[in-house]
Amino acid sequence: MMKAYIRSAITISPQKTFNSPAFLNDLVEYNSNRLTSIEPDYSEAIDPRLIRRMSRIIKMSVASALACLKDAGIASPDAIVTGTAYGCLEDTGIFLTNMVQEDEEPVTPVAFVQSTHNTIGAQVALLIKCSRYNNTFVSGGASFENALLDAMMLLSENNAANVLVGGMDEITDMSHIVLSRLCLYKRQLVSNLNLFNINSKGTINGEGAAFFLLKNIPSANDLACIDAVATLYKPNDVAEIQQYIHSFLVSQSISYSDIDLLIFGNNGDSKNDEIYTQLQQSVFNGTPSINYKHLCGEYPTSTAFATWLGANIIKNNNIPIALDYQETSKNKINKVLIYNHYQNIYHSLILLSSC
Amino acid sequence: MDELMADLKEQIEVQLKLKNIKREDIGNDQPLFGEGLGLDSLDVLELIVLLKQQYKLRVSNPEDGLKVFRSVRTMAEFITANRVQNT
Amino acid sequence: MGVISGIGNNVAECLNALVEGKTGIDKIKYLKTNHRDLLPAAEVKLSNDGLSVISGLAPHTSRTAMLSMIAAQEAWDNSGVKNIPSLRTGFVSASTAGGIDKTEEFFTHFLIDNKKGKLRNIINHECGSITTMVADKLGIRNHISTISTACSSSANAIMYGARLIKHNLLDAVVAGGTDALTRFTLNGFNTLLVLDEQYCRPFDENRSGLNLGEGAGYVVLVSERVALLLEKSPYCAISGYFNANDAYHQTSTSVDGDGPYMAMAGALAMSGLQPMDINYINLHGTGTQNNDSSEGAAIQRLFHPNYPKMSSTKSFTGHTLGASAGVEAVFSALAIHHGIVYPNLRLQNPMAAFPFTPEIAFSKQPGLKHVLSNSVGFGGNCSSLIFSKL
Repeated sequence: MMKAYIRSAITISPQKTFNSPAFLNDLVEYNSNRLTSIEPDYSEAIDPRLIRRMSRIIKMSVASALACLKDAGIASPDAIVTGTAYGCLEDTGIFLTNMVQEDEEPVTPVAFVQSTHNTIGAQVALLIKCSRYNNTFVSGGASFENALLDAMMLLSENNAANVLVGGMDEITDMSHIVLSRLCLYKRQLVSNLNLFNINSKGTINGEGAAFFLLKNIPSANDLACIDAVATLYKPNDVAEIQQYIHSFLVSQSISYSDIDLLIFGNNGDSKNDEIYTQLQQSVFNGTPSINYKHLCGEYPTSTAFATWLGANIIKNNNIPIALDYQETSKNKINKVLIYNHYQNIYHSLILLSSC
Repeated sequence: MDELMADLKEQIEVQLKLKNIKREDIGNDQPLFGEGLGLDSLDVLELIVLLKQQYKLRVSNPEDGLKVFRSVRTMAEFITANRVQNT
Repeated sequence: MGVISGIGNNVAECLNALVEGKTGIDKIKYLKTNHRDLLPAAEVKLSNDGLSVISGLAPHTSRTAMLSMIAAQEAWDNSGVKNIPSLRTGFVSASTAGGIDKTEEFFTHFLIDNKKGKLRNIINHECGSITTMVADKLGIRNHISTISTACSSSANAIMYGARLIKHNLLDAVVAGGTDALTRFTLNGFNTLLVLDEQYCRPFDENRSGLNLGEGAGYVVLVSERVALLLEKSPYCAISGYFNANDAYHQTSTSVDGDGPYMAMAGALAMSGLQPMDINYINLHGTGTQNNDSSEGAAIQRLFHPNYPKMSSTKSFTGHTLGASAGVEAVFSALAIHHGIVYPNLRLQNPMAAFPFTPEIAFSKQPGLKHVLSNSVGFGGNCSSLIFSKL
């Protein structure tokens, strides 16, 4: 499959990443197990008459998508593909609550309409009158990866010269309560900036929306290229993960030493992070690495944030100091490999390179 | 009638989440749809729910809804007329 | 292939009902809802306990998962793919509601006290987790993926599966979708005022809405290389597919049917066929005012004056939402395999706006070669698939 050129990348996240000229030079600290996206004033990005019905995830996503298209100078792409594990939770919660409380009397049709998982892809298409390919993946922790794979297949098929692809998930008050009851998050007060220094159970809840405009041909201002994306489902043991990483690198005709930087999905949960430690002590021994989930929190489509981060690191040839990176002798970052697993169900690899 | 129209304006503002339009900005005869308040067919459905919840009145198809929901006054007239029938 | 719907629990039962013209729409019996006496629906004629026995999943599992399990297992067994060792296999399943039937139960308790509600009822809320539950039982693990594009979901799952094979990422894919009837969707569509209190009448002048259904339908797609290894010859080939967006309105389709038109025309272009080559259209045909007039307009634009035979099998199964294109893919493949065309039940007054009339009776069509299946969903998502005789 041919590589994809990232023409633009936009994210709204718990960090100052939207409309910000600087690249993560001033990290936002949260003393809570719930990170919340920093939302811009949407009235500049979206027609105010249309905003009134939009839930938070729709606003975050639509604003990111439109900004991404604007950055790339593209009015309407050849395809729109989104990935979201939970979809529009807020509208789902509103409709369910009303339905139960009003005992099935007619309630809030708009919440029902906007609870469907394809609402974001559809809203973007409707706003820019894009009648082309439109798809939405809801594959848990591999939702963004599937959207990316679909986008890259489209670019290879020559039916699409450019694809808008995004990953997004939101936290709602209800979802945070429910997920907390599943014991996913740290119980003691912890600063996100100190996430990897405390060895304890649980992670911090996160959210965000990230969009990318991918093209099948290079242009002068590309941030980076996406060489490949691959997923591994429920591996039996670390040996199988190692084998999978090995085959992935072989398929890309590169070796471990070609990787200039690893972006790891460590989330602060001691059991969850064991896998990364084992890989770092074996196949990735000696490869420089950084983490990202202290910035955006843990959520099923967090690799969309990691892709935004990796693309910007390549573009700037610079790793923000705040990422606590140990300097090495490499003076040019050409290849960045993102390795993440979500609850040890879906594992994924995304390989980025300089163009 | 005036009291009913004032109530309706408040309910419309809340139910339809009209952020940039306040209840006092809505004229009694101002068209609610198209060039008027700029409401659309999804709002018709919300207004049908509003009538059912607040006034126990049923509008069974969206086409009838468009006549009833032309303006705040037509809504008030519909409510008054059908309330009388019911008593 | 495998299917479960309001007209039967497997392919043979569904085929039998289609041939005999027996609808699956009835008074709601299994779903606990206040609307059960007012709104008919095409439920699968089994309780959750009954589905549990056939699917092998626990009775408290989401109904969506059990329906998926039954149809996917039938498809998987029927294909013979599992007998060939070391193939790269995938499961691409679509759903709109996922495990929301269980979330409804959870919410009843959770809303009173947010420490209440059984956690096992919420952990499979996500559509994706229904897919993994079934994939694990089938033993498929090379690629697991879930798609949700409202009522066109399964069509996009089948497209995606076909493309994963085309790109040589997989050798075989079980693709389709599942959706159970839930209070969430029933009440949702009810607030949109699109549910018919009578049995639905797709493409009738006097139609007044859709009936919901439930079910699951899957086809097993294989590469040409794998097809040669299999004992049984394939039912048919997928010769064309296309995904387009109507970009007109959140819930309605454009008057001239731009979305369905682009989807059908695109699928035809890919297959290299002309409109006159299509022998049968399995319509999206929900029975709503908007869908049928819009889809009809698109068909008129593309096919006039040579109309193929057509019918909406939603007059049998109700609208199974995210499962519909999977269920209808199975029906389309059966139409080709057996050379048959299904009736559009209860059609009395064909829509005056169009010069064509859907089929009113079952017929044998030995020369049936190409079937077009349409899907249209919320958010303007339109996809068409073309199935061709080999």
